[in-house]
Amino acid sequence: MTSGITFRFQLPLGTFALDVEGSIPGTGVTALFGRSGCGKTCLLRCLAGLERADPAQLTVNGVCWHDSARGIFLPPGQRGIGYVFQEGALFPHLRVRANLAFGFRRSALFRRPERFRQVVELLQLGPLLERLPANLSGGEKQRVAIGRALLNDPHLLLMDEPLAALDRGHKREILPFLESLHQQAEIPIVYVTHDPAELVRIADHLILLDQGKIAAQGLLTELSTRLDLPMARESDAGAVIDTRILSHDDRFHLSTLGFPGGELIVSWIDRPVGSQVRIRIHAKDISLVLSPPGPSSILNVLPAVVKDMAVHGRGRMIVRLDCRGLLLLARITEKSCERLRLTPGMAVYAQIKSVALTL
Amino acid sequence: MMTDDITALWVTLRLALVSTVILLLIGTPIAWWLARSRAPFKILVEALVALPLVLPPTVLGFYLLLLLSADGPAGGFWHTLTGTGLAFTFTGLVIGSVLYSLPFVVQPLQNAFAAIDEPVLEAASTLRAGGMDRFFSVALPLARSGLLTATTLGFAHTIGEFGVVLMIGGNIPGKTQVLSIAIYDHVESLQYAQAHILSAGLLAFSFIILVLVYRMNTRAGARS
Repeated sequence: MTSGITFRFQLPLGTFALDVEGSIPGTGVTALFGRSGCGKTCLLRCLAGLERADPAQLTVNGVCWHDSARGIFLPPGQRGIGYVFQEGALFPHLRVRANLAFGFRRSALFRRPERFRQVVELLQLGPLLERLPANLSGGEKQRVAIGRALLNDPHLLLMDEPLAALDRGHKREILPFLESLHQQAEIPIVYVTHDPAELVRIADHLILLDQGKIAAQGLLTELSTRLDLPMARESDAGAVIDTRILSHDDRFHLSTLGFPGGELIVSWIDRPVGSQVRIRIHAKDISLVLSPPGPSSILNVLPAVVKDMAVHGRGRMIVRLDCRGLLLLARITEKSCERLRLTPGMAVYAQIKSVALTL
Repeated sequence: MMTDDITALWVTLRLALVSTVILLLIGTPIAWWLARSRAPFKILVEALVALPLVLPPTVLGFYLLLLLSADGPAGGFWHTLTGTGLAFTFTGLVIGSVLYSLPFVVQPLQNAFAAIDEPVLEAASTLRAGGMDRFFSVALPLARSGLLTATTLGFAHTIGEFGVVLMIGGNIPGKTQVLSIAIYDHVESLQYAQAHILSAGLLAFSFIILVLVYRMNTRAGARS
């Protein structure tokens, strides 16, 4: 069985048209990212079968779900998906327990009641089971919606900006659940968002949409350092790097993170050695020097080679660096660029002023 | 109350009950379709259903009489089928009442169906519920206040009708004579006391029904 999803959809959308062709890996979280109204929710609905594109072609794990040319269209209920709507879309007339059981009862999972308990436990829904949706907070509603989708025995979990309607506090309440879902889910998750912070926290893969078209798709860690994508122009642009904790330093309260090209020293991370940690090094937190710096308060200095650079805004440049395979972005002024006479292929040292953890 | 009045009351209740059941069976799918369809000819169906609201009942009754009489298209067909006519029978009365009260059943149901959040129905379809399943386990329970309003209004409106019944039912005691016509008879023959009993009864009944409907709607409004 081939794992993963391939799709091709065309669908008119008001002033422009959704016109996409791509693939989604069979594991991990793929984010559909872009401005509001770029067609990302529409693409998600096409994957779910809630929208019927034409022409359309969709294959999931080797099974054809939609092929307009051959007249195949699997209705949403027969696809085995979990769909989380923006504002939950819970059944208002049913208690939480019955909401959770709606898809569960109709799926092959109903023979495994322990699965119900596991999901209730994972999302901490126990105290809510006998309540009606009207008596739940926004964050609680979203947790129930996620649980209901998981209990539908899905091969594919689709989430349409599940945090968009929540305030900061409730976002913080849900994000850890999404992360734990990410770590233990055996099924692919497609996640629509327009929030870069959410993207960095949970996505492995990225499909970047613009005006109904795919601007780029690939690993988030790779796309985050592409100079030609709009993400590099954001004020908080920077490389996203998956690292592993190598050791802890009790005396100075520091941790050492390893990645294929080297090591970084960061403030103590309260996780065991060996855990995976995703970090972000913002372009604005890197400065460049030509010779190895002398004693300095900056702990992380990496030798690097200038790969390429681009002007971003007035008097500002963004420089892409290759640190033994690890790509970083640095934002400097045009004046500094001229003073250092930076050219592609030149050896420099990247001084990293701070490393942001996405915990 | 005279025995004739009691018979009229019985005919009226039976008519209202049978009509309401049929109205719900016909009106629910029509209302669901009207609430969900984007077909261009939908407004024609909507206007047709709403006609009894504006037409004088006599107009409706007149055309029904032509339709249902032994040499009319529907009446003739019925005659060859069953050997009996439709005009001036209880069955004819039911047909007239159903048509006449249709908007009172369809409109509250249509509004209730239209008020259901689209994502809620979509959620049901992603959760393995097919069309019928979705309708009975999500749409209908969510439209229950509309269903109650439709039932009570359909029932009460059938009890109160006069014109259509007079045109196609005539005034046959024990068969087609209903309360509203019995009242008319009493007034014609100057039996005001009898007319009072029936009229006051209908007045109180209608008022109570409306109070119940409004209370139901207020409660449903407060819930959602």
